[in-house]
Amino acid sequence: MSSIRQIQDEIISEFALLADDREATLFYLMELGDKMPPLAGEYKTEDNLIKGCQSKVWLHADYKEGKVFFAADSNTDITRGLISLLVRILSGQTPDAIIDADLDFIEKIGMGQIIGSQRSNGFASMIKQMKMYALGYKTKVAMK
Amino acid sequence: MGEAVKATDNQLNTSAIREQFPVLEREVNGFPLAYFDNAATTQKPLSVINALTEYYSAYNANIHRGVHTLAEEATTAFEQTRAAVRRLVNAREAEEIIFTKGTSEGINLVAATYGKAFIGQGDEIIITGMEHHSNIVPWQMLAEEKGAVLKVIPINERGEISLDEFNSRLSGNTKMVAICLASNALGTVNPVKELITAAHDAGAVVLLDAAQALPHMEVDVQALDCDFLAASAHKMYGPTGVGILYGKRRLLEKMPPYQGGGEMIKEVTFARTTYNDIPFKFEAGTPNIADVIAFKPAIDFINTIGKENIARHEHALLQQATAGFQQIDSVQLVGTAKEKVSVLSFNITGMHPFDIGMMLDATGIAVRTGHHCTMPLMERFAIEGTVRASFAVYNTAEEVDRLIRSVERIAARVKK
Ligand SMILES: Cc1ncc(COP(=O)(O)O)c(C=O)c1O
Repeated sequence: MSSIRQIQDEIISEFALLADDREATLFYLMELGDKMPPLAGEYKTEDNLIKGCQSKVWLHADYKEGKVFFAADSNTDITRGLISLLVRILSGQTPDAIIDADLDFIEKIGMGQIIGSQRSNGFASMIKQMKMYALGYKTKVAMK
Repeated sequence: MGEAVKATDNQLNTSAIREQFPVLEREVNGFPLAYFDNAATTQKPLSVINALTEYYSAYNANIHRGVHTLAEEATTAFEQTRAAVRRLVNAREAEEIIFTKGTSEGINLVAATYGKAFIGQGDEIIITGMEHHSNIVPWQMLAEEKGAVLKVIPINERGEISLDEFNSRLSGNTKMVAICLASNALGTVNPVKELITAAHDAGAVVLLDAAQALPHMEVDVQALDCDFLAASAHKMYGPTGVGILYGKRRLLEKMPPYQGGGEMIKEVTFARTTYNDIPFKFEAGTPNIADVIAFKPAIDFINTIGKENIARHEHALLQQATAGFQQIDSVQLVGTAKEKVSVLSFNITGMHPFDIGMMLDATGIAVRTGHHCTMPLMERFAIEGTVRASFAVYNTAEEVDRLIRSVERIAARVKK
């Protein structure tokens, strides 16, 4: 398993190739979304919906052998692409690594510029929720 | 402005027109802006922008009660806009034109005053299935308060209403028929002349929501014989924050006032207030003087080009876009009425309108996505929303071509 840092660097260099071509960037994001494993229908529940997103985003988390696994989906393709990046970076990491993650790829690939302020807020909510899950698992383990 | 922008051989001189709109020189994401969100709000010509600056720089004053020179000049300019609106919609008198904040306020005004006084328990209000929330919610609120009944004329697959459906809902209990002249989500132009005649025969009054019609087609309130008509300046090259409400004098005079305050009174004592004459009875407080004044050059802009020339130009763009989209398999047009203003709503199979809108923005093309404040209409078509391109007089065939090609590229992705 690569570290959060390594995966972020991969993503940064992939997006650097698309540089200033916004249309190509969006096409690439959608392609990434297509490749993300689908979220089972049973997890597309009201409870799993992230609040604060303009599109619908469902997030499901699992804890196995000290690691947190995320699965997610959205009703819009660009958002699915965006969340696939977060899943790629954070899924399979330890709670501590997730809690401490400094997701600087967002700024480095100019995400805010690409997706605008409304989607950026939704993206921030998504990250917060992922970190909350990690914190929850960490606390549970500590209390055992 | 002048002859330069007029038609030659039925062709508008679009480049001369575009020069009057500074924002159209902008680039968005490295591409020249192609602005197709005109049904939401149009861009403003320099004459409008300059009128705002000039008012504030040269004769800013409160209107109607001042004796000093600036107040006199401001009042004159303000009332000149009212006179221009009267001519634009061919009202009998300028006093029948009330300034509002926009279409929404105009409709709310009628619901709150005419509705309050003349619509009661068991009375019926008829609207259509394609109304903007602005022409649904005020009537729902009134119906709830009064125990009146809201009836809805259904629309067919193409996005049209039929006279039969209307007639079957019309009865002696119908007090108000509120209907859009043109639909913002579909572009459909409704056969209002026939509806108005039938409504009047049944003893009902008719309010037309002309927000999407007035920028694009001739509207003559006397020929139509509508009782009320509401529209927004910002959708017809004018400033935001100004709307117009036309009402027949006979009705306006017997309606109670909307809001209380300055301007709308004749005399106030603590025992009793007498109200001012129309239109001032409905214009409480200091109005939006600057924007009303700057609305006049927008009307002049439309008149100089001519509604007929505007309509012909926009119609050609609509046909070009419609024909282009019909060549793309995965594109579905939403709203294919025979009579349309220049609004083109569509979806691409398997894609969310948000994504399409963002993809278009990536190459500088501005469209609107979503439910367009017509949620019941979206439900009728069993869709979440649409992508809407709406054309104005400054749009060009090259821009429409860019739109078609971008949509082709986006649709090609889905096929994979
Ligand atoms: C048909 C229609 N009615 C009413 C409105 C409301 O206009 P405003 O927001 O200017 O009050 C709109 C604006 O989108 C519209 O398109």
